[in-house]
Parts: sequence; C-alpha cells; structure tokens
Amino acid sequence: MHNLSVTEMREALTRGETTSVELTGALLDRIASLDDQLNALITVDDEGALLAAAAADARRARGQAGPLTGIPLIQKDIFLTQGLRTTCGSRMLENFVAPFDAHVVERCHRAGLVNLGKSNMDEFAMGSSNETSYYGPVRNPWDTKRVPGGSSGGAAAAIAAGFAPLATGTDTGGSIRQPAALCGITGIKPTYGRCSRWGMIAFASSLDQAGVFARSAQDTALFLEVIAGYDARDSTSVNQPVPNYAGQLTQNLEGLRIGLVEEFFGEGLSPAVSGLVEAAIAELEKLGATVKRVRLPSVALSVPTYYVIAPAEASSNLARYDGVRFGHRCEAPEDLKDLYSRSRAEGFGAEVQRRIMIGTYALSAGYYDAYYLKAQQCRRLISNDFKRAFEDVDILVGPTTPEPAFRLGEKTDDPVKMYLSDINTIAVNLAGLPGMSIPVGFASGLPVGMQLIGNYFDEGRLLAVAHQYQRETDWHRRLPPQFS
Amino acid sequence: MEWESVIGLEVHLQLATLSKIFSGAATRYGAEPNSQACSIDLGFPGVLPVLNGEVVRMAVKLGLAVGAQIAPLSVFARKNYFYPDLPKGYQISQHDLPIVHDGYLDIDLGEGVSKRIEIVRAHLEEDAGKSMHEGLAGMTGIDLNRAGTPLLEVVTAPDMRSAKEAVAYLKTLHSLVRYLEICDGNMQEGSFRCDANVSVRRVGEEKLGTRAEIKNLNSFRFVEKAILHEIDRQIEIIQSGGKVIQETRLYDADRNETRPMRSKEDAHDYRYFPDPDLLPLEVTPAFIEGVRMTLPELPPAKRQRFIDQYGLTPYDAGVLTAVREMSQYYEAVAAALTGDAKLAANWVMGELSAALNRNNLEITASPVSAVALANLLMRIQDNTVSQRVAKEVFEAMWAGEGDADAIIDNKGLRQISDSGALEQAIDKAMADHPEQLSQYRSGKDKLFGFFVGQVMKSTGGKANPQQLNDLLKAKLAG
Repeated sequence: MHNLSVTEMREALTRGETTSVELTGALLDRIASLDDQLNALITVDDEGALLAAAAADARRARGQAGPLTGIPLIQKDIFLTQGLRTTCGSRMLENFVAPFDAHVVERCHRAGLVNLGKSNMDEFAMGSSNETSYYGPVRNPWDTKRVPGGSSGGAAAAIAAGFAPLATGTDTGGSIRQPAALCGITGIKPTYGRCSRWGMIAFASSLDQAGVFARSAQDTALFLEVIAGYDARDSTSVNQPVPNYAGQLTQNLEGLRIGLVEEFFGEGLSPAVSGLVEAAIAELEKLGATVKRVRLPSVALSVPTYYVIAPAEASSNLARYDGVRFGHRCEAPEDLKDLYSRSRAEGFGAEVQRRIMIGTYALSAGYYDAYYLKAQQCRRLISNDFKRAFEDVDILVGPTTPEPAFRLGEKTDDPVKMYLSDINTIAVNLAGLPGMSIPVGFASGLPVGMQLIGNYFDEGRLLAVAHQYQRETDWHRRLPPQFS
Repeated sequence: MEWESVIGLEVHLQLATLSKIFSGAATRYGAEPNSQACSIDLGFPGVLPVLNGEVVRMAVKLGLAVGAQIAPLSVFARKNYFYPDLPKGYQISQHDLPIVHDGYLDIDLGEGVSKRIEIVRAHLEEDAGKSMHEGLAGMTGIDLNRAGTPLLEVVTAPDMRSAKEAVAYLKTLHSLVRYLEICDGNMQEGSFRCDANVSVRRVGEEKLGTRAEIKNLNSFRFVEKAILHEIDRQIEIIQSGGKVIQETRLYDADRNETRPMRSKEDAHDYRYFPDPDLLPLEVTPAFIEGVRMTLPELPPAKRQRFIDQYGLTPYDAGVLTAVREMSQYYEAVAAALTGDAKLAANWVMGELSAALNRNNLEITASPVSAVALANLLMRIQDNTVSQRVAKEVFEAMWAGEGDADAIIDNKGLRQISDSGALEQAIDKAMADHPEQLSQYRSGKDKLFGFFVGQVMKSTGGKANPQQLNDLLKAKLAG
C-alpha cells in the first residue's frame, strides 16, 4: 500500500477498497518501524493524523471528497501547524507550538489531506545535507551512510522510503531540488510568489519558496495545485490564478525548445551524472523536443551572491529569537545582554550562527556597498541571463547536483564544499524562477536527478515535460532496496 | 562674544488609524498591557507584514499640506537592533527613500514676522513597544500594545535659531496635523513626540557646531526649557575651553536639565536594508489627486479668511484658527450673531477660553455649546443684559444651570430699560444724597460715577448702562 501513487490511493479510496484511516494507520506503522534508520521525522502525530483520516473518511461518505481527501502527507517542520510543535530543526524552537496554521497547511486541511507529522530538516533550512538539524541527521534510504540532501532532507527521505506519497518542502537555494535528486524522487520549487510564505518560518525572505515532493510528476502536479495560490497576508504572493496542472500533463513535447545550460556541465561534474543527464535529454529529443546549448555566464556568480544575500536576510529574520517572548531562553540570565547572548548561543547551532555572522558582517556600515549592494547587482545580472535564455528556449535543463549523495560527515568540516553542492540550484532562486528535479538514473546505485527550469509561472510546462519523460522511463518507480 | 543656536526638529506623529501599520490589531491607547498585540506585532515565527493603506493616505495628506514632493516609489527598510520591546529585532522604517520629501512650513513669529522652515523628509515607520519598570522589582515588563503603531517621522532642516522658533514650528505642525485629522496631537500620551537637535556657534560662523540630540520632550514648555538649557550648557562648555560631544541626551523635566543617554561611540550600526517582505510602495498621481480633494482649509488660508471675512486682527485670527475645532466653534457663534464677529471673537477668546483653561478642557468638551453661547451673546446685542451681567449668566451656563434665557429669567437679570423705573431710581439716589448732589452741581463732575453706582446698587446692576448714563446726566443737570 505504501508504494501506491496518489491516483492509485484515491482510486482505492473511491472504490471503498480501503479507508483513509486504514491507509494512515499503515503508513504510521511503517514510520514507527522504519524511521529509526532514517530519522526523517521530528514529530509524528499519530493521534492527529488518525482523527484527520476519520474526518476525511466521513467527508467521503457524505460525498464531499475532493481529489486529495484522505491522502496522507508529511509537512516540513518549517510550516507552522496549530497545536502541533514546529521546531524548524532547531533547539531554539524545541517547544514551540504555533497559534495558527501556515497558509500551505490551511490549504492542505481544506483539501482533506492527512498530516502524519513534521519532517526533519537542516536547522532553519540552512544546510545541504540535513546534518545541521538539532534533531540529528537524516539518512538517505538508498544508502544510510549517505546524506539525503538538504534542507528538506527529511521530506525527501520520507517520500523515497514510502512513508507518505506527498510531502511539503521549502527551497531557498535548492532545498527541494537537491534532496529530490539525492533521494531519487520528484520535487518542484515553484515561482517565487506562487505559494504564500505566511506561517512558513523565514530563512531568506526574498528567496524562500514552498514546494512539493512526490514520487511522480503526476502526484506533484496534483499536490502543487493544492498549496499554490494567492494569500493577502503575504505581500510578495502573486495574485494569479492557479492552473489545472494535472490537466496539462498530457501536452506532448513536439516542438519543445530545450536549452542545455553549459555552465551546469562544467568542472566538478561527475562523469556518471553527466552521462545520465545527457541520456535523459536524448530521451526528451526522442519525444519531439529540440535541444540547443545555452550560456548563462553570470550563473558563475550564484554561490557568492547567494551567500551574501541569504545570510544577510537571515541575520535579520532570526533576530526575533531572543529568549524574550518564545523559544529557547537560557537559565537565570544575569542581565539583558546575557539573556540575549546565551539564549542565542545555546538555541542556535554552528551553521546558523555562522550565517548570522556572515549576514551581519555583510550588512554592516562600510561593508554594505561592497557586499549586499554588489550581490543585488549580481542577482540582477543572473536574472537577466535567464530572461535572455528564455527568449529562445522553453525550458532549461542540466544536472540538479554535480554528484550523487555524499557520505555523512564528508563535507561538514568544509562549509564552502558544502555550499558548492547547491551550485546548480541557487541561481534559480536568485532569479525567482520555477525549478524541478526528476530522477534520471543511478550512478553506483545512487539516484541522479535532472533539473528542469521554467520561465515565471510556467510550472505547468515543467510538470508536463517531467510527466512525459516519466511515461517513457521507470527511474521514478525504483525503490530503495531496504525500503521497498 | 555673541552666540547663535541652530536647531533641527524630528517629530514622531502617531497616525490616527484604527489598526496598526502592518497588522490588524487595534491601536487604542491605554489598553491592558499586551491585549492589543497580535502574532504579527509579537514577531512570531512565520508572520509577515502587510501595509495598512490608510497610513499611506495620511502621509500623502501631510506631504501635500507642507508643499512637499510625494515619492512615486518609496521603500521600507529594516533597522536592525536588539531591544526587548522591539519584537522582531528590527524596526520597519523608511530609510533611503521616504514617502515625503522637500516640503516646508511657514511659522509666525509675531509682529508680522514669519519664517520658512524646510521639511527635509517625512517617513513611515512602526513604533516599538514599551518597557515598564515600575512595580516590577528587579524585572522589566514589556507591553507590546504600542508595537506596530504607525508613525510618521517629520524631519526639518537645522533652520531654527532659537527655542522660540522651535516652539513656533511645533505649534504650527501640531495645529496642522490636527486639521488634517492624521494625528490626535496628544503629547502626554506620546502621539506627538519631539526630538531636538541642538548646536551652537559663534555669530557669523558658517560651520555648524557639534550637535546633541535631546529626547523626551513631551510638552511645548519642556521643548522650550530643554533647548534653552542645552544652549546654555553648550556655550558654557565651549567658553571654558571644552568641546561639545555628539550624543543623545535625555531631558529631565523635574530637574530642568539634560543628561547623556548614549554617545556617538556606542551608537548602533543599524544595518539597514530593504525589507524583503514588503514590495516597494508605489503612489500614483491619481492617488495623490484623490487625497488632495480631501484636504480641508488649512490654518494659513483660514486665518486670512477670518481677517478678510470677519474683520479680525491678524492676532485674533491666528488664535482662533490654531485649533480646528476652535475655529469651527467660532464660526458657528459668529454666524448666529450676524454682523458682530468681534463680539463673538472677544467671547470665544475671553470668557470661553479662560473657562476651558481653568478646567483643562478641550473646546470639543466645552459644556457651553456654540449655539448656547450665541444665544447669550444675542441677549447682549438686544440689550437684555449688559456685558457684565452676561458674564454672570455665562458662569451659570457653564455650571449647567440651563440656557441663557432661562437663567436670565430665573435670576431676574433682565436689564431695566424702562425709563420710568430708571427715573424713579435716579430720583431716589438724588434725594438720599443731597450733599453729593450739591457738590456735583457746583462742579465736582467726578461724583457722576458715585450716582451711577448708587443706581446700579438699587437696581441690582440691571440698569441699562447707556440709558442710565443719558437719564442721569439730564437729571443731575437739574
């Protein structure tokens, strides 16, 4: 039952072959018996999930079920869930229970989705391996000595391991696409502004975007349609109707113009990854697409640009965790300064502290022009590169990551090496474009992902390309042997 | 050696919106601590600001009233610093690109002298909460009701040269914002807060001296006293060979002195950057024109009209137009008194204002309405009562004893204009005082007043003064 697609689950529910309570119970059991090996969830909400499942079954009995009513999912622990603690992977919020739901969570409730729990993640979404979580690292189901990617590592691992068919994620510099690639699943980060950030704990506000993990493009499309949409509580959310993504999946690829991003095939790319991505592109050509090589010269600036802007915004966004109103507060503070410094030193892990310091430095008087302002200029150059590219092509493709999943601890001592694992995904956030990762094969038993990048609000096309590819291939159906 | 002081002012106007600048929480003053702070004001994880459109309208209103430029695009920035009453660890404010810039305000310095004060900028921002120490032994209480209250900070150039000019500017601005109905102007409650930047230099010197910023000036009187004190302090330092240091000083009204709060060295690095949660604020010409339509008649125009229409002196017109509600009250009284605008002015500025001041009341809380006062003044006009008796009636009206006519009747204060009755009273006074009569008739004119007094006494002050005058003259002449 745990490997069914959303569509298959829905059919089983509709035909009365199973109930949401049964489905939910089965997945909760699976999590209970297998998550010791992965640590994909920080909080499992058995009681809440079974109640929601019962409500979904009742709704179905009344004939009011929507397409996803009764389907289980897992929320990334960055989304506020009323009454269920939200840690954001941090000790700072170890006991934080939000007084309201995130917009994305509201949407899921309304659709009748059943939340099984909260997925593990890098602390405050700062990380590419899920090793910065206060709740311990997540392991990759394909090789538990390896990382699942980050920051939404728990969500990706949970989907790959069959803990749920759907999971939410957030992507600030690749936090959906990179773990999707490393765990062999499908993930999409929509256009900036497509989903509301209300109730989604901020890391870098101008880059953060909610998105979706699933095992297929079809399931991804069904779920994205649920969480996307305008919300007046987020001034940066865009008031544009949400298309019927699932209905657009059948568009054929005849005449699709694909741009192969040369910069993504440069130094540091594993030959195995390169070969698999090239094979996938060839498959798309067979389906009628034409391919040309595209240059995005400013993309080379992405990592340094990102590591100024994101920490700068984070340094300010995380100032609210001061031990005064909520979150971790140190024991017996001597005075105000002591309250601040000890609460924050104890509540935040090393990577979060590092980024707060980088960001504070970049915004400081005398450095602002050299760092923050310069980074904003680079950001514009990067956006302009994409804009130019989309004059000639419909989508851009390349490897999601330069190499498959690395071993736990392999990069933790070298932040720059760690940061470079997002080298292909970061530019997309800086430009605010939608990006997706789909599995395209295996290198030495580890999944490899291909990134698809679309123009603004062109999620429908990305999903259609992914779906057409998945109709011809079965990489997305492969299951990790230990968790099949 | 002659000294000159140079003063620039920053005024924080609390905008009179019902809800906060970035949240839907109420802004009412004096509520139970933390009862008007929602998750946005508390800076919870995951919350986002949404700009209250009303504050934009109010800022544009002020901009238009001071002849300023309205920026088509302005930007909200984050001003980062840690403080317990600043929930997010940053204040959302406008930094590089304020919504209003380059305006001016003309101030009246009396005797026909006016001066133009440049308004460099006015920007929107959110207020912080309050830290409370009283009654909390060893602890600090945080009240976040005020957090997120909309402020418009109005900043002048260093154009003022004396405490008097500074106060004149503040009074003019205070009057203006109340006319515009964008701020209630309550200085005690902190709706109209002033910081003064003060420096001194020798007359003739062009370079500005080192300035000190004085905070905590919550009345016009304190502004004046604090500035005067600060000028003396700085001159003294320089004259004794010292140097003024750039710092923020707090005014202590009880001791009438300023004392250091923080110096430039420990000034914060606020790390301003554009707030990524808010889009740049766009103000279209159509919006500006829409706001322009809602502008009321402003104090300078109204003052000129009062001079032209009612024949008032510039001084009287200035007093009567300083507060919008006062000018409205006056106009209502004057309209009822067709033709005697001066009588209305004298009473509004005299008896009424005195009574309001005595009782510390705003004109809107006056127990005597404009209509009631007009009714009383009409009894002066038609000689029912004298000015003097009218004052007595006014006191009774103030005390809530009824309207003018009822009080006049009940107390029997109607003027005696019946010449028969008056003649009787005069005859009696002459008969009772033969000695004074013969002295008067032999040339002691001064005794005329004595007889007026006698008649007034016997009529209980109700004799029509003009009529008494005429009759008495004739009778005494024999």
